[in-house]
Amino acid sequence: MRETLTLESMVTRSYMSRREAEQQSFHLLAAVLIPAVAILLQVLLPRISPRLAIVDLPLIVTLFFAVSRRSPIAGTATGAAIGLLQDLLSGMPVGVNGMAKSVVGYAAASLGSRIDVENSATRAVLTFGFSLLQSVLLYLIQRHLLEIHGFHVLWLHELVRAIVNLLVGIPVYLLLDRWKRQE
Amino acid sequence: MEFVTRFKNALFLVTVLLAQAIALAMQVRGPATGTEPTGQRVRLIRVWSIATVSPFERAVHAISSGVRNTWFNYIDLRHARQENDALKRQIAQMRLDEAAIAEDALQDRRLQAMLQFRQRYVGSTVAAQVIGASASDQSHVLTLDKGSNDGLKPDMAVISPDGIIGKIREVGPTTSLVVEINDQTSGAGVILESTRIRGILRGTVAGRVQIGNLTADSRIKPGEHVLTSGGDQVYPRGLPVGVIEKIEPDPDHQPYMAISIKPAADLNRVEEVLVITGMQSELSEQAQQDLLAAQAKRAADMSAEKLPGIHDGQPQDGAAGTAAPPAATEESVKVPRPLPVVHPDRYSPGSTPPASNLTPGAAGVSQQNPVPANSGKSGSAAPAQQETQ
Repeated sequence: MRETLTLESMVTRSYMSRREAEQQSFHLLAAVLIPAVAILLQVLLPRISPRLAIVDLPLIVTLFFAVSRRSPIAGTATGAAIGLLQDLLSGMPVGVNGMAKSVVGYAAASLGSRIDVENSATRAVLTFGFSLLQSVLLYLIQRHLLEIHGFHVLWLHELVRAIVNLLVGIPVYLLLDRWKRQE
Repeated sequence: MEFVTRFKNALFLVTVLLAQAIALAMQVRGPATGTEPTGQRVRLIRVWSIATVSPFERAVHAISSGVRNTWFNYIDLRHARQENDALKRQIAQMRLDEAAIAEDALQDRRLQAMLQFRQRYVGSTVAAQVIGASASDQSHVLTLDKGSNDGLKPDMAVISPDGIIGKIREVGPTTSLVVEINDQTSGAGVILESTRIRGILRGTVAGRVQIGNLTADSRIKPGEHVLTSGGDQVYPRGLPVGVIEKIEPDPDHQPYMAISIKPAADLNRVEEVLVITGMQSELSEQAQQDLLAAQAKRAADMSAEKLPGIHDGQPQDGAAGTAAPPAATEESVKVPRPLPVVHPDRYSPGSTPPASNLTPGAAGVSQQNPVPANSGKSGSAAPAQQETQ
């Protein structure tokens, strides 16, 4: 009887968690402002110290929205919008970051609907992995799609970038969790 | 229909990627020069994006500048007056030096005019402040607080007092986007100062600056200064670019060398820049005045060196006094003279009368030069000599 209750409670909890997860959304203002602030900070932080350019705040925000909403379409759209805006403000051909972050948003949302992404350890692993995936995608787009022959990627630098994104991402995720809205 | 419903997520992703790939292909086919319709559209979207973000950048820049100015203008003002005086003196000296250099340049220009070359000088500049950086680590761009309203246009050179920074890529009404020389898409024509070897400067993925189109040459050595060549029609000739830091074989482009340059300007700490808005074939009015002043000073110096002064012939102290007098003057003043004799005779210098006093055939001597007492002929000769006089 006790085992039945426990199993029932677990199923209920799991069902509630999934339902809660699916119902997580953001206020429209937050959904617009948070990416905008991330991109603005991305533009301004290197002015304070050039080394801060290694942090990819738009990627962190893309991952946060994608895994929170758990909708691949929303993740793709969020990634595309943030990436395109990043391209427009970085002088790069429009679509380079847009394509990379679209794929990252889609993959993160797909993964978020299958595994628990609420704990910090999972988020850290996700951030590290998707940061490297984005570096690979950017390399493929610029080297093979745009055929920039002199384009190189410093993979050690990209590894450091992934670690830095991981370290910066965890507190940022905790901060952004406050903006979540239960419907 | 079921297929679409089942794979709607993947289809959405593919659609988004396809749309962006087509946009990329159109940009690559027609670069964003503003002349192509695609380029014009992309340029407009980019300009609008920058214009949307720039108010926030300006606000942050204004706040940070306010804090900095409060510190530097009110708290850290010790010795400012002395520094100001020293800087004024330094500027005055530098203007004279610059004018002297301009005179050499003028000669160079005359030679070039003879060869029908066309020299262009920096005519007008617009000072601008950097209010933003790139939104991606893979590009090196700056956002300036001046735009087309201030006369800025694409492809204008951006410099600092230390050296070149980059060139303008996009211009909005109140802002503009500058591509730094260490960006992968940038390029500039350069020349090595001493060897006069020309090359093309490019940025690398690591944000470094290098010349990659030169083969191995023993004359190229680290420490050599690199200047703009003016061949790219963007940067005026002779602006400092940097110093050769390292020379190594380029593994991707054999047999070329990768010549790494340390930029003269600190590209990571750019605060204020000058945008070259106009070039001219004549020197500016101020530069011409300085040039005239320098020429007059040089002429006065040359005259002072050649003409005799009131101090000539007087002993001079210091370094000038120790200098050897001119050899020609020395020779004209110091005629060799014999030493005075102790026991004079008729062979002694000065004992011989002038030729006009001598009588042909007479072996006499003048009375002013008495001869020894044992000479018997001298007594008879004396009256005859007096007669002739």
